[in-house]
Amino acid sequence: MLNIPCPWCGLRSEVEFSSGGESEVIRPLDPLKKSDHEWSDYLFNRTNKKGWHVERWYHIHGCRKWFHIERNTITHEIRSSWPITEKHPEGNLSVSYSDREQ
Amino acid sequence: MKKQPFRVEGLGDIERNRPIMFTFNGKTYTGFKGDTLASALLANGVILVGRSFKYHRPRGIFGVGVDDPNALVQIGVHGRSTPNERATTTEIFEGLIAKSVNVWPSLRYDILAINNSFSSMLPAGFYYKTFMWPASFWPIYEYFIRKAAGLGTVPKFEDPDTYEKKYVHCDLLIVGGGIAGLVAAHVSAKAGTRVILADERANLGGSKFNSEVTINNKPVKKWVSDIESELESIGDCMVLKRTTAVIHSDHNFVVLREKIIKPNNHSSHTMISQRLWKVRAKSVIYATGALERPMVFQNNDLPGVMLGSAVTDLIHRYGVCPGKNVAIAGNNASIYTLAEDLKACGANIVALSDSRKKSDNNENLAFDSEFPVFMGQAPICAFGKKKIRSVSFGPVNIDTAISQNKDDKKIDCDLLCLSGGYDPNLNLIAQAGGSVSFDTEVSSFNCQSIPKDIFLIGAAAGNFDLQDTISKSLNIVKKIIKQNGTSVFPDIVYQTKGSKSLNAVSPVWYVQSKKSNNKQFVDLHNDVTVSDIDLSVREGYKSIEHFKRYTTSGMGPDQGKIANVNALGILSKKIDINPQSIGTTRFRPPYTPITFGALAGRDLGDLAEPIRITALNVWHQESKAVFENVGQWKRPWYYPKNEETMEAAVNRECKAVRKSVGIFDASTLGKIELVGPDAGELLNRIYINRFDDLKVGSCRYGIICGDDGMVIDDGVTSRLEDKRWLMTTTTGNASKVFHWIDEWLQCEWPELDVFLTSVSSHWSTITIAGSNARNVLLELAGDVDVSNSSFPHHTWKIIKIFGVVARVFRVSFTGELSYEINIPSRYAHSLWESIISIGERYDITPFGTESLHTLRAEKGYIVVGHETDGSVTPDDLGFGWMMRKRKDFIGHRSLSRESIIGEKRPQLVGLLPETYIPEGAQVLSDEISGSDKQSIGHVTSSYNSPSLGIPIALGLIQGGRSLIGSNIRIIGPSNSMSVNAKIVSHCFYDPNGDRLNV
Repeated sequence: MLNIPCPWCGLRSEVEFSSGGESEVIRPLDPLKKSDHEWSDYLFNRTNKKGWHVERWYHIHGCRKWFHIERNTITHEIRSSWPITEKHPEGNLSVSYSDREQ
Repeated sequence: MKKQPFRVEGLGDIERNRPIMFTFNGKTYTGFKGDTLASALLANGVILVGRSFKYHRPRGIFGVGVDDPNALVQIGVHGRSTPNERATTTEIFEGLIAKSVNVWPSLRYDILAINNSFSSMLPAGFYYKTFMWPASFWPIYEYFIRKAAGLGTVPKFEDPDTYEKKYVHCDLLIVGGGIAGLVAAHVSAKAGTRVILADERANLGGSKFNSEVTINNKPVKKWVSDIESELESIGDCMVLKRTTAVIHSDHNFVVLREKIIKPNNHSSHTMISQRLWKVRAKSVIYATGALERPMVFQNNDLPGVMLGSAVTDLIHRYGVCPGKNVAIAGNNASIYTLAEDLKACGANIVALSDSRKKSDNNENLAFDSEFPVFMGQAPICAFGKKKIRSVSFGPVNIDTAISQNKDDKKIDCDLLCLSGGYDPNLNLIAQAGGSVSFDTEVSSFNCQSIPKDIFLIGAAAGNFDLQDTISKSLNIVKKIIKQNGTSVFPDIVYQTKGSKSLNAVSPVWYVQSKKSNNKQFVDLHNDVTVSDIDLSVREGYKSIEHFKRYTTSGMGPDQGKIANVNALGILSKKIDINPQSIGTTRFRPPYTPITFGALAGRDLGDLAEPIRITALNVWHQESKAVFENVGQWKRPWYYPKNEETMEAAVNRECKAVRKSVGIFDASTLGKIELVGPDAGELLNRIYINRFDDLKVGSCRYGIICGDDGMVIDDGVTSRLEDKRWLMTTTTGNASKVFHWIDEWLQCEWPELDVFLTSVSSHWSTITIAGSNARNVLLELAGDVDVSNSSFPHHTWKIIKIFGVVARVFRVSFTGELSYEINIPSRYAHSLWESIISIGERYDITPFGTESLHTLRAEKGYIVVGHETDGSVTPDDLGFGWMMRKRKDFIGHRSLSRESIIGEKRPQLVGLLPETYIPEGAQVLSDEISGSDKQSIGHVTSSYNSPSLGIPIALGLIQGGRSLIGSNIRIIGPSNSMSVNAKIVSHCFYDPNGDRLNV
């Protein structure tokens, strides 16, 4: 069972959270501009990464905030977590809201 | 008291002044407090304790702890009966009743021992090959196989005892209370670290108990007990004995199972039987030691053949020497210490074989003249029937012993001790993600890489030198203490003397023999022999995981603790690939078996799952409602009167609603308040239909889709104030929809200024439905005008009922004039009772969920989860009009995908079948005489309509709306059921809605 660093509540046990999957899935701002293929790609396809993976979690039984974490899918190590609308602390990753096409 | 013939005076930790009586296979024996069942049986000379799994060969106690493959017993009676406990890990208590498992009719005369004579016909894969054909016979085969196999019996009575769970956090968890673990615990506890030390046995100290060994000039046992009492006096240190670490999960979440000793077996009181500790540790040290490996030769499973370490343990812990004339065989230095121990007990050593060409440091010199020592030899065959009588030895030729057949000289003995080397105990570290591979230097597994914040010390780390182990442990603890922010390291010295380190072993994997009936056991528990390995290789199962499953080696309750390394060594010889390249099978939790009771803890019966009840539950119960489970909710299903059947009750309830008025508890509906200037915009995006134009005081029905365009929920949302809205969801999706909207709000649209609050349990909802509903409301409404013109359908009003503010919504799910009265839950019961008494003159009738669903089906209203299944779009349900000219709502883009558009989508229609048909029945496009075999849809809801007096159904049918008027056929779940039906519009009752707008 993971020990997840919520940016607001600190390290808490996985049972308090609900997983939201990959963070790098970015919802198109104007879905109508997307082809069927591109839209399906957003809806259904995930990278299923081996190694460092940015994903979002919901502190459903805690502060009820969504946030990102960076987790290694092989070792389960978590090396960073940050609020949902903010960029990755080192600014080198594209994550959902903050990196939507403008 | 009977004499215990194998008990040795003056040795062991048992309390000789506290004798304990227990029963094994119906016979009563005496042991001492501190004995395990195994040590007490051996003290009494009971050698035969069980039968093997497959061949039912006689078996004795082989190991001394969790690795023992043979002595599985059923402990206790009635509810306290526990199958497949190990005699070696069961402490005796007064009145203990134990019996062997897998024997019939008795241990001594076991019918299925006949399997042994036919063993050549029962090779590996026997069951797979033999019972494949004919496939339909499998249930019959299975019956007999299960009868013959099987271990203990499942108790038939409820366990009177309880199990509990504890959650704890610590800086450092140390698993294993041998010398290495104790040193680590002592130093770190002294430094102020919060420590938990767990050991699976009743005594700390591990396997170092030789009286010659001293630590800081104290005999080792004295040192151990001094450290133990010191640890117990330190507040932040917890010592858990009889506690096994069974699971290592992510981020150092370790599950420990503590066995709590029962004072006796007869107590009528509930006792705590076991405790499951769920530990989150910053760091974990595994000091799990090593397990001794047996040697593989003919009949190495005979009772009286034991691991050397087990015998050492029995002598020093329990004062039991299980043999008088002892032969010893090994491949490392430990056998010489064992010989000394045995001699000290007065045993006669008849022979000692050492597979090494010569021993190091002349260890054996002292014995040279006293008994035969065979250097460079190993056991070839053990002889005897129900216990060992003699053994023969032969030369070793590069890790294989050679049988000389004719010259094999038998040496008489009643005990044969084996030491085939030591396997570091790496199960838990492997579970934690450590990589384990074969190390030729120690001829066993070693841990190559260790995950963060986990450490390995002592024999588990492949370190068999005591002083070196201590200094390495100290270095690791220093690192951990520093990480925890303590810079002061306690200045403690641990000086050992007299300990012998274990030098290189020289493996002997198996015996090369010309005999065809080759009973060299690799896995004693599952009766896997060297011939089975041969067969597996011949048949191509060479990958270690395939090999394991084909032969079942390592798949018994001991999970191959003593078998796996030998199996790997032999396999590697047979396929001539070095063991490193073969790899290992995956180590899986749990380390040792756990009972379901410990996992369940107190989450049983009423506590297994939370039960949700509404504020009106007491009234429903007093009114003898029959309840239905809806998720965790208990909802009144129907209210039978005078022993009515369900059908009669539903009929009566529905008719009452249609004719006069009914009352219904709708409190379980999900309710979400949305507050903020952007609430209307949020609702526009959530629902497929528009909401921001809704006027204060009005209500609107809406449909919610996922981003894939499929319907996920529906409900009515009302505008309470300019910036305050109340959304209702279905009962089952209340929490899901709430969190789902929260996700959109936080992750996609944080610019929207809206707050969400779940108010589901704050408000109770009482629905009154029927043409007399207004007459009832009139008496509650006071001055408020509730006439149709001032309070029309799809509006809501605040009404003060007996001084309490209630929100009354005129919405309907029955098709009748209907009001949903929302009132703070604490007033719900008294309001309900008032309505019942006001409604008496209209014969107001409480109705349950079954009637509600019947009434709504008559109107063709959908129920999410009945008419939808995650693949149904709004247009399929006939709600396409709602989203006309709309975009920018969730799911919109998906609904224009090519695969979603088309005439052949399943569409909601009504069905008029000749007789009632079950939900889920398939629809075919022609009538009964037809030949069509392709389903064009299915029945989603089906009822006998009380209002119309005929069976009605709703269904999703391909292109259904264009088929209205056609005759089709419905076939039920069983082939025999086939009914003609007509496709009609989905609204059966009052299609113009006249009854809603009166």
